[in-house]
Order: sequence, then structure tokens, then C-alpha cells
Amino acid sequence: MSLTGNSFMPLIRVEGGKPRIATDAYAAVADDAALPEGAVLVSLARFRKEREQLLARNTPVGVTLQAGENPELLGDDVSRLSLVALEFPKFRDGRAFSWARMLRTRLGFTGEIRAVGDFLYDQVNYQHRVGFDAWLVPDSFTPETFERAFHEMTNVYQPSSDGRKTIRDLRAAR
Amino acid sequence: MPDKALEPVQPRMYRYDEFDARFVGERVEQFASQVERRLKGELTEDQFKPLRLMNGLYLQLHAYMLRIAVPYGTLSSRQVRKLAHIARTYDKNFGHFTTRTNMQFNWIRLVDVPAIQRELASVEMHCIQTSGNCVRNTTADQFAGATDEEIEDPRPLCEIIRQWSSLHPEFVFLARKFKIAVGACAKDRAALQWHDMAVQVVKNAQGRIGYLVMAGGGMGRTPYVAHVMNEFVEREDILAYLEAVLRVYNQDSRRDNIHKQRIKILINTIGPEEMRRRVDREFQELKRMGTLQLPREELARIAAYFAPPEFETGLPDAIPDAGPDFADWVKTNVSKHKAPGYAIATITLKTPGQVPGDCSSEQMDAIADIMDEFSLGEVRVTHEQNLTLPHVRKKDLPAIHARLKALDFAAPNAGLITDIIACPGLDYCDLANARSIPIAQKIARRFENLDRQHQIGELKIKMSGCINACGHHHAGHIGILGVDKKGVEFYQLLLGGSGAEDAAIGAIMGPGFGEHEIVDAVERVVNLYIRERKDGERFLDTYRRIGMEPFKNVAYREQLYAAHTG
Repeated sequence: MSLTGNSFMPLIRVEGGKPRIATDAYAAVADDAALPEGAVLVSLARFRKEREQLLARNTPVGVTLQAGENPELLGDDVSRLSLVALEFPKFRDGRAFSWARMLRTRLGFTGEIRAVGDFLYDQVNYQHRVGFDAWLVPDSFTPETFERAFHEMTNVYQPSSDGRKTIRDLRAAR
Repeated sequence: MPDKALEPVQPRMYRYDEFDARFVGERVEQFASQVERRLKGELTEDQFKPLRLMNGLYLQLHAYMLRIAVPYGTLSSRQVRKLAHIARTYDKNFGHFTTRTNMQFNWIRLVDVPAIQRELASVEMHCIQTSGNCVRNTTADQFAGATDEEIEDPRPLCEIIRQWSSLHPEFVFLARKFKIAVGACAKDRAALQWHDMAVQVVKNAQGRIGYLVMAGGGMGRTPYVAHVMNEFVEREDILAYLEAVLRVYNQDSRRDNIHKQRIKILINTIGPEEMRRRVDREFQELKRMGTLQLPREELARIAAYFAPPEFETGLPDAIPDAGPDFADWVKTNVSKHKAPGYAIATITLKTPGQVPGDCSSEQMDAIADIMDEFSLGEVRVTHEQNLTLPHVRKKDLPAIHARLKALDFAAPNAGLITDIIACPGLDYCDLANARSIPIAQKIARRFENLDRQHQIGELKIKMSGCINACGHHHAGHIGILGVDKKGVEFYQLLLGGSGAEDAAIGAIMGPGFGEHEIVDAVERVVNLYIRERKDGERFLDTYRRIGMEPFKNVAYREQLYAAHTG
């Protein structure tokens, strides 16, 4: 029995610019469950309560943030995390787009930003642009699905966390 | 068929380059595949809904409605002919100009939408973000580039905002819709203060041009007038500032109650001071990063598309004599242009009896011809659901008037009591509680007499069929709100609103009037104004001086009297 509860949800991660099926090394641990060996993913509440202990384990720690939880709540600890999972409670709730962008820019987070919860195929390109690089998805999503989503629109108008050249940059380079 | 004898005149407006064309083209194909997945059942209606909304497609009472963006209200004759063609081919031969200066078609089949969007792309038009919880079409003063009142043409900034906001990855799933307007003079024809965010071009004490930014205005069930967020944002910082406002909104807005998710609620909950503080923090960071800085050359490059046309010189600067009908029309529908010999002409789509904002294919084609012949190929859509010919020679005004008369679009009523804004109401809309169109038509007929309209003077009636306020009832000098009481349509009166530079929220008079009482009630209110007004006072001025009570007394007293005498 997996403690993660997502054993049927494949993880897709962008590595070397390519979406691939990845192994989820993190055990998502409920707030009242015992901590297993190895990498763990805990809620913000648990992280705050057991911060010292979690950081002293010398194994990777990830925190899941609910849509209403601003990553700044992590304070300086953000640099000690290797994964931040951002929750989409329903696909219409777009707060995590700003949280991912904030993690990548203001907070300089270089670890994995993982989308979890309810989101659509049609959102993964936006998620990718603002800084997400991993997705916990139903198994109908394949790396090819992601490839397609990333390339439906060739160019973009806005600068974002992905550092892509914008249409304005391309115009200037003509 | 449209008259092919005329070569379309290309006005001075933004033109897609290969990047814009590819962007819109790919977006069309992306949506085409979403439509296909929906038709095959791979997407549920719940999943399809936010996708179709972001592409302008609503599901209404009877059919799909497709809303086409008219960026900052500017259209070329080629685009107007395309709209006529779409109305003729895919709809019931007419379209409807909205208060967001867009065009909507009310009888569209889902399977036709990809084809329609491809047709639109061929004339540099799209439906991107005309609905849904994202940044909507940016609107502007319809006199932009033509009036001598403005500091500069606001449309280059509108176009920059259009591009920046198109599929912005951070802001396509906002808490609610987000509307932006841009103006450039003290006189406000774009209802700036009623917008989620508005930009006004201003000059500072040193004579430098920059932008005043407001946020938090909005209609709906909780009306608010916008707060000033920043008195002067430097030109190159404007996108950074707008992004900062949107960022705070996206991060901090409530998401638990759809009626409390507009930015106006956030700002009025935390207070404008706290909002300014939060925005400024984001703004300073964005400025440091520099990625959104707007280089002078980029602004100049976009502005070049909107360069003033070469106006003819030596034209007669007097408006010719062409009879009393023409003189009446000139009085209300012709405005001052910045170039000698030229004028701005407003076409009100409000001839008494007409559906406000509706236009048939034949009328659109005929307007396109008028644009080519007399207005350098250009027309503007106004938020009051009218059209404006921005650059016409004064000597041509009689000919234009005659052509409009033949189309039944020569109503000499711009700004008068029969120039009514009305939403589509229960005749079309899924959300409406009451019909708007028939009431607007009845009011227009009641006040049809032109002498009486002129005697009444400037009086803006705005009417919505539900509290979502698409007909801007909060901003009407007289506002009318349709409500449903146990299955019966009632109409509330509001007085004292304004959508202009003296923006104000109309006050509700009291209980609603029945369908057969509302027109009489409006008339009694207007008659009281005529009796009470002092020299030169508009309705709004008299209301502000004497208050609601006297109006309320006449509106209800006679209703009660009627009830007692059966």
C-alpha cells in the first residue's frame, strides 16, 4: 500500500526541456500520519509545526500549498525545499499561476513546482510558462499530450518565468 | 451583395504583422480542436465552458452567442463588411453592438464557430477574451485621434494592452472578468471610473506625458466608482503597473463567492490605501526586473500605425445648410474635430422603435460604403452602442445625413432621452430577469417628438434586465433595472447616476414599477425636472440640487392615485 495515495496518478516532469514520465520520489504524508523514510511531501501546516524535525532529516522535503496559501508564508525556508506542490482546488481557481510565478521570480525557487488537483489540458501550457515543471495527472495525459499543449501557440506576447523570447523581442530581432 | 465598386479604404489603425497573424491563426485552430472535442463528447460542458468563454462563445437562452472583439472600438470598412457577411451567412442577418464596443451574434451554431473565426482572422479580427474570467476587450474614447480635447491618441496604449493581455499566462483564470478602458482628455466618453481598471493619459507639472491609473470601479449588484491607484505612472512603466494591479487581484481576491470576486470588492474591503501599498510592492519589483519596461521605440512603433491621416487643407469650415432635419441632426450628432473643415459624426443606432445597438447586414454594408466614401474608411463603436465616423469633411455632412436617413440611422438624438443604452435582456439572455428591449422601445416612442427631446436636453437613460448591469443602469441619469417578482417583470428606477467625468452611482427610488407603469413613471420624473429646472440645468444637475424626494413623490403619488381610482 502506498502512502502517497496517488499511485495511479502518473507524474509528468519537464526535464531537459522535454516532458517525460517521472518517478515520484516523494511520499505525500497526511497531517496525522507517521513520517516514512525518504523524501516527503507535507502540508504547510505540518511543515510549520514540525519544521525543525523535517529539515534535520537530510532527505528532500516538499510542501503542498493550498490555493489560498501564499508561498511567502514559507519565508526563508523556501530555499531549503526541493519541491513545492501547488493545489488547484478547481480548474477555475487561477491563484496558483501567480504563486508559481512568484516562486520562480521573487523567491528564486529552483526546485520542482508541481501542479496537483483539478486542472485541464488547456491550462498546462500557461502553467508551464509561469514556472510549473511537474504535473500529477490522470493517466490519459501522456508526455505527448504535454508536447502538443506546449506547442499549440508558437509565440507569446508576455514575458514570464520561462524567460521565453516574446513577440516584441522577435520583432526587435528582425 | 455589398457594393464592390468601391475599393476599401484602409484607415490609420493597427495592422497585424506576421506574429499577430500567426498568433490569432493558431488560436483559432486551437479552439477549433476544442470545439471538435466538445462535439465528440471528450469535453464535458463544464470543462468546455471556460474554454469557449475565453473564445467569445456563450450559451444563451435559445442558441450560442458569439462575441467578437472590436479592439478599442475601431473598425475598418473591410472589417464591417466581414461582419455583415457573417451575419448574413451564419446568423439571422443582423448583429448587435455592445456596451463593451464589441459585436455579438445571437444565433450561432457551434459547428460554424471555427469557420467564423477563420473568416474573422482573415480581416485581423478575433474573439479572444471577449468573455470569461480574464482581461476583456479594452475600450477607449470614440473620439480618439479626432478630438482636439485629448492629450494624445489613447489607442496606441490600448493596442499595447491588447497584446500584453492576450493569453497572459498568469491572468487567464482570474477570479472574475476584468475590464480596462483608456481615455486621454478631461471629458470622459469611455466611462473610465466604472472600470475594473482605467488609464487616463495625463501631463504632469513638468509637462511630461504619463498615465493616471484607477481601479475598482464596476457595476453589477455592488456598484462602485474607481479609486485612483497612482496619479502619475511614467510611460515606460505602464505595463509593469497594470501587471502589478492584476497580480494583487489574482493573488488576493476572494474565490468563495462569485458575487464578491471583482476587484472592486477587494479594494473596498482592504481599502484603497492598502491596495495601493500592495500594488506598489509588486510594481517596484517588476520595475527592478525590467522585463515589462516599454521602450520608447516600441510605443513609437505602435503609435505610427495610428498617425493622423493627412487632412485636406483649404476646406470650407462651415456646415452647409440642408434643411431643418439636417440642422436637427447636426445639433446633436455632429461634434468638433481637431482639423479645420472636418467634423466627427455620430450615428445613433437608436431610431425610436429600433433595438438599441442592432444593425442588419444591409445596414452594415451601407455603413462600410459611407466609411469608404466619407470617413477615410473608418468607424468607431461607442460604449453607448452607437457608431462614430471620426473624420468627415463638413461639406459632406448633408450627403452623409441623407445616406443615413435611407438606412433609418439618422435619428437626431445623440445624448438625448431616446439615445438609450439597453442590454439584450430576457429576449435573449440567460441571466436576465426582465425584458429590456421592449421597454427601451416604448420609452423612445413616448419621447419621439424631437422638439420635446431638445427641450429636455441631455438625459441619459440606461437600462439593464438584471443586476449584472450590462445596460449600465447604475450610471444612467435615469437608470432602469428589470427585476423578477414571483414570475412578473418589474422595473426599478434609479436617478442621478453618471458614466462621465462626474461619475456617480444612481440611487434606487424604491419599489419597482410594472411593465405598464414604468414608461409613465419615467415621464412624470422628466416632467418634474422640466418644471423644477433652473437655467441651463441638465436633468442630472437638477437632481443633484433638489434630491430624490420630489421625484419620488411624483413617480409614486400618481401610481397610487391610479390604484385608488381603478
